[in-house]
Amino acid sequence: MLSHVGRRALYSIPVILVASFLTFAFVRATFDPTAKLRQSGTAGSAIRDERQRLGLNEPLVQQYGSWLGKFLHGDWGTSERTHDPVSSQIASALWNTTQLVFWGVLISALAAVAIGVYSAIRQYSALDYTFTGLTFIGLALPPFWFALIAIEFLAVGPKQWFHLTQPPLFFVNLHSSSGGIIDYFRHLVLPVLTLTVGIVAGWSRFQRAAMLDVMSSAYIRTARAKGVPRRRVVWRHGVRNALVPLVTVMALDIGALFGGLIITEKIFSIPGMGKLFFDSLLAGDATTLTAWLVVTAAFVVAWNLVADLAHGWLDPRVRIA
Amino acid sequence: MNPIRPPGPVPEPEPIGPSELLPDGGLPPFPTRDDAPGSPWVLFRRRFLRHRLAVAAVVVLVGLCILCFGASFFAPYPRAHQDLPLGAVGPSWSHWFGTDDLGEDQLTRLLYAGQISLEIGLAVAALSTLIGTVIGAVAGFVGKATDQALMRVTDLFLVLPALAVLALALQKFGHDRFTIIWVLAALFWMYVARVVRAQVLSIKEQEFVEAARASGASATWIIVRHVLPNCVGPIVVNATLAVAAAIVAESSLSFLGFGVQPPSPDWALQISDNFGHAFFE
Repeated sequence: MLSHVGRRALYSIPVILVASFLTFAFVRATFDPTAKLRQSGTAGSAIRDERQRLGLNEPLVQQYGSWLGKFLHGDWGTSERTHDPVSSQIASALWNTTQLVFWGVLISALAAVAIGVYSAIRQYSALDYTFTGLTFIGLALPPFWFALIAIEFLAVGPKQWFHLTQPPLFFVNLHSSSGGIIDYFRHLVLPVLTLTVGIVAGWSRFQRAAMLDVMSSAYIRTARAKGVPRRRVVWRHGVRNALVPLVTVMALDIGALFGGLIITEKIFSIPGMGKLFFDSLLAGDATTLTAWLVVTAAFVVAWNLVADLAHGWLDPRVRIA
Repeated sequence: MNPIRPPGPVPEPEPIGPSELLPDGGLPPFPTRDDAPGSPWVLFRRRFLRHRLAVAAVVVLVGLCILCFGASFFAPYPRAHQDLPLGAVGPSWSHWFGTDDLGEDQLTRLLYAGQISLEIGLAVAALSTLIGTVIGAVAGFVGKATDQALMRVTDLFLVLPALAVLALALQKFGHDRFTIIWVLAALFWMYVARVVRAQVLSIKEQEFVEAARASGASATWIIVRHVLPNCVGPIVVNATLAVAAAIVAESSLSFLGFGVQPPSPDWALQISDNFGHAFFE
């Protein structure tokens, strides 16, 4: 098991390094840090000095090396947009996104397992068909569509329902919120709902397929034949095994969520990672963008690792192979 | 491999019972090309038409394509026709879906916008399937260092947050339709590549590949002629999913303002432009 983990962890280091280099080179090629000086008509010599100061005349690999050195020591530079340190900006954005992801994933996982297991053990029942239909609608909706509909009909339309301020505010910090924990959750309802609609569709299909697969296997038949009660067959023998593939998929999806909520956060104005990316891209803030891309890529790699670990832990056959 | 045989498992030959013997006791004539159940296409068509849901889906999709690409014929108003004094009105007989702030007919705009969305979706699916199939087939078939290198590149592309990289790339390369197609395809091929590689790995160990190699076929010939026809199923499934995914990705980008630029008609732009006023009056 340890060597399995170690091998996977070692393997992800070069992936992150190459990804960060590509990101660095790409952002450098897209944005010119001296563009603002150029627009304001600064003299050519001043621009040359600035380029010298930022080290833009060095070879790209050397620039990357010095950036990486600083990055690893926690010096992520200063945002060209807000003039705040990039690291603190990303830290606060990451914390906000983490809250959204946590509640969204928690609710989605519970709902997806419930729907998937029910659909599998009552295959082709009326409710199974209903869930299948809803799933396809969920998969077909672009992420922004449900968010806009939810705002219109649940927040702006019946204004009293959620007692939101006008214009609605969809995120309050747990510490700064005056109304305590209820106020905190009240504001999170719509963003989390939007996130859940998108995730549950995919996960519940997956859980249904895995559960059907498991329930048709020989050990389930054996358990039934020797007289294990049905409830125990379903929960102990069925669901526990059907969860193995879902846990892997969940871990992979969670990793992608940290950099993938741009639209949801933009629509609900949540000061998270997605919003930070959107604002930085519009402002051409190269320092923040580079750090942002590296951090989100690192999250994907880290959660891939979690997926591997979870799979190895839940299914001993993986470790031995 | 027998070129007449459709891809898929070989059916068990039916044993010849006494009833199948000819009246004079002789064996029936050896089956010829004319007795074959039909070419793969014939079989495909027969099986497809039996599936009612699939036929319904094709009718809807083809109808949508005809309406959108024939927009100059079907649309009730000319493209980008504005009726400024009218302004935004709700649905009526003269404007089925209503109009926007500038008095532009929503249905007309919807049909013309469909051209762009469908074009991008289909082109991205075709392009990414092509790239992914080539990379996956080469990685799986050649194996060893080539496989390692190609799969590491695939992993690398999968690690990058897609929507963010897309937005950044479009910022750099511009927002015209062909750029959007190329950039989307460059971030969509990894899924096909992985699926094709897995398929190729199992197919290349089978006897017919060995037989082809023994009779002197080149690697390219074996891949194109013997291996890929046996991967068609997963490739097609992936390509159809890619069309939908590409349309959603394109509309997400356009909604954020990083994709198709106004005044081009686009489904996502239509939503973001009209949301909150003309839409819900």
